[in-house]
Amino acid sequence: MQRVSLVINGNKVSREIEDRTLLSSLLRDILSLTGTHVGCDTSQCGACVVLVDGKSVKSCTLFAADIDGSKIITIEGLANNGKLHPIQEALKKHHGLQCGFCTPGMVMSVVDLLKNKKNPSDQEIRDWLKGNICRCTGYQNIVAAVKEAASKM
Amino acid sequence: MASLVGSRVERKEDKKFLTGKGRYTADINLANQTYAYFVRSPHARASISKVDVSKASNAPGVVKILTGDDLAEDKIGGLIAGWKIVSQDGTDMKVPAHPPLANNTVNYVGDHVAVVIAETLDQAREAADLVRVDYKVLKAVVKTSDALNSKPIHEGIDKNLCFDWGLGDKSKTDEAFSKAEKIIKIDLVNNRLIPNAMEPRASIGDYNPSSENLTLYTTNQNPHLTRLVLSAFCAIQPEHKFRVVAPDVGGGFGSKIYPYAEDAVIAWTAKKIERPVKWVAERTESFLSDCHGRDHITHAELAVKNDGKIVGLKVETIANLGGYASLFATVTPTYLYGPLVLGLYDIPVAFCNVKAVYTNTTPVDAYRGAGRPEATYMIERLVEKAAKEMGIDRAEFRSKNFISKFPHQQCLVHNIDSGDYSAHLNKALELSDYKNFENRRTESKSKGKLRGIGFSTYLEACGIAPSAVVMSIGAGVGLWESAEIRFNATGNISVFTGTHSHGQGHDTTFAQIVSDKLGVPIENIDLVHGDTDKGPFGMGTYGSRSLAVGGTAITKACDKIIDKGKKVAAHMLEAKPDEIDFKAGEFIVKNSNKKKTIGEIAFACYLPGQYGEIKSPLPEGVEPGLKETAFYDPVNFSFPAGTHICEVEVDQDTGETKVVAYTAVDDFGTVINPMIVEGQVHGGVVQGIGQALYENARYDESGQLITASYMDYTMPRANNLPELRIDYTSTPATSNPLGVKGCGEAGAIAAPPAVMNAVIDAIDIDISMPATSEKVCNALQKNKKNNKEAA
Ligand code: FES
Ligand code: FES
Repeated sequence: MQRVSLVINGNKVSREIEDRTLLSSLLRDILSLTGTHVGCDTSQCGACVVLVDGKSVKSCTLFAADIDGSKIITIEGLANNGKLHPIQEALKKHHGLQCGFCTPGMVMSVVDLLKNKKNPSDQEIRDWLKGNICRCTGYQNIVAAVKEAASKM
Repeated sequence: MASLVGSRVERKEDKKFLTGKGRYTADINLANQTYAYFVRSPHARASISKVDVSKASNAPGVVKILTGDDLAEDKIGGLIAGWKIVSQDGTDMKVPAHPPLANNTVNYVGDHVAVVIAETLDQAREAADLVRVDYKVLKAVVKTSDALNSKPIHEGIDKNLCFDWGLGDKSKTDEAFSKAEKIIKIDLVNNRLIPNAMEPRASIGDYNPSSENLTLYTTNQNPHLTRLVLSAFCAIQPEHKFRVVAPDVGGGFGSKIYPYAEDAVIAWTAKKIERPVKWVAERTESFLSDCHGRDHITHAELAVKNDGKIVGLKVETIANLGGYASLFATVTPTYLYGPLVLGLYDIPVAFCNVKAVYTNTTPVDAYRGAGRPEATYMIERLVEKAAKEMGIDRAEFRSKNFISKFPHQQCLVHNIDSGDYSAHLNKALELSDYKNFENRRTESKSKGKLRGIGFSTYLEACGIAPSAVVMSIGAGVGLWESAEIRFNATGNISVFTGTHSHGQGHDTTFAQIVSDKLGVPIENIDLVHGDTDKGPFGMGTYGSRSLAVGGTAITKACDKIIDKGKKVAAHMLEAKPDEIDFKAGEFIVKNSNKKKTIGEIAFACYLPGQYGEIKSPLPEGVEPGLKETAFYDPVNFSFPAGTHICEVEVDQDTGETKVVAYTAVDDFGTVINPMIVEGQVHGGVVQGIGQALYENARYDESGQLITASYMDYTMPRANNLPELRIDYTSTPATSNPLGVKGCGEAGAIAAPPAVMNAVIDAIDIDISMPATSEKVCNALQKNKKNNKEAA
């Protein structure tokens, strides 16, 4: 057991956890932040992506104890005072989600992409998103939404 | 208010998903909850002499461990195959017992042996490791092609044959073949797929000892049917004391239609220990235990005249059911497959024979398209081959054989009400710039790439299904749908549907229909589904049925609301009911400006009498309240159709095959929300491309699934795909008042043959799905070698 202190979506959180607790499990099972999803057990699907110190990471692949002191943003903390992030708006407008299960991870990956790329091309978007599997949308509307969000930022 | 039907209304359900507020089964936690972990068979086939739980029971945190013996003691029944198929010789299909926890045999890797319940998940998992199972490993039958020649895996099921089913007129078909000018033959494998909804399956059982009510939260596409099966067949809990809730569900594609062994066990266990029990599948468990799809071996022959007119078709298929017969497993390769082998062609005679076999693999059941992709793959590969062998253009060959007059009674089963197949073919030819394809081929060649083009013109039968028809051919239930409209006193509406939305956007599409019908703003309409305690019994979502059947039920319930509203309005406006028109939310006395809004009528229905200034007496004989229920049983299937054209480029050195252009022109009849429909086409096509190029469930000889993770089972990813070109034609269905035909499965049905026809056109070698780089590369190398040797 050890104590980790994190800032999650702007709130200070401190918990006594087991060494083997994954960040995804801390968020979902201990803090009830169930917006972050778990879709696989091999770090392949990207449903669990969150921002750790501004970078998109797969939270199922990280021990929470290893990132003590970090700032974390999850899907629940992305909208600002009820105002959706441009990618959230654009996904809605372009029907870039169906069942919504991959969506939180997809959104958090895109947030990272758009921070680093002003106007990504279709291919750049598709390459960036290859770590996020969506079984519903065929990706096309997600790509369209990313382009629109990029143009709005 | 502008009409919403036909417009791109943004989805009502999106906001919760975009902000992390979706509520999927795994997100639910109940007070005093325990965790379940399943002990699964590591062997494809074994008999079990003993399950020793003594050590595991003493492990920290363990609450209970249950095995097949406990299940038998409690007289919990097995899972069922819901559709009886009769063999050609008149005998009933053979179905083995399928207890939710193994009795004394296991029949696939992942089969359920015991369940461990503990205070935490880790404790359950660790204790599961301590359960000792004495297996006697038996020789497994793994390959579809081996089943008929192997010793039975289930006692008394000779040749592992579930049924040997025939459809069509065999002697007439033989006669047509004996006179044929040309016979085209093909051998095909339809690869086994794993549906892979992104949300892994999960169940939570919750028993209330005081009311004796049991609740099961589960990832399911049809909670009412699940409750029915778990009550009537598994005998876990009487239906009226049993609530099944399918909250937000993260994709289904067929794999979540069925009540699974885990659902039965979790519900039973929660009742037994009187504490909530939660189970969430790990992805590997999903690979092993979610029903798989497809897995056919087929030989087919087409009899053709020299001018290219098809005169007959013969199909022989072996369909792999896996270790047991799952709920829809027996209808999928028969009535969802056989009638569709004709495609959208006018074929005068045909015969289709299907032998369904058991093997020691995960059960196979309906996966997006269910039978129709297998039928379409067969006929579209065969037709493409015929066109090529006969030197007729692929488009011309097809259109020469299209059904052109409607209604059209096919020679097998279906009576197709409407369609215009040349319309979507021509539009697709234009959109894909077919006439300049050879230039593009030459251009690719100059870059060292082989380019090919492939067509798929498909027909599906959706809107499942007219109950009398399906029950006459073995269905254990009717396939009608229910709806209830509850108009609240304050003017907003709750709409209950027996269908279930797990990505399809029903909250929006169905609200669009109600909004237009009743003239109530869409934001005041809420769709309720997925909870057996709330709405009336319904049959769930699969087979592209929700809108055609469920949407029609909603329309009918709206009609009843309007009828009642007319009576009330007439009374209030001192007119006769037949003098009242209803339009855009207002009841108006003909040729006058006297009117009442539907909100006023609803208010009157709930407050019949005088309230301050408001006088709202109800006419005599009219009950208070404004709530109407409708059950709709469709009069026919609906028949979407379309043309998909695919272009691929193959790297000659590496075999890497890429879809470089894809055009889809579909006829879904009337489209309610084009944005949602496009999304369904994109998703379906990409799953179809997945089947053609990447996805394959592979077992080794001993029956181990060697593609049991995303490291081994290749899913299409964003960077594998081109931008798809999507367009429509429309001939409204005549079998339902909305004119809709269904769109959810079309892409997965049409894409595999379009892609494979393109690959084969590019490399000029016949290969099977999936056309992976490795397979294509080897085929090209072998050809090179053969050509060299020949030279
Ligand atoms: S849960 Fe699949 S990558 Fe993290
Ligand atoms: S929206 Fe369902 S997995 Fe992406």
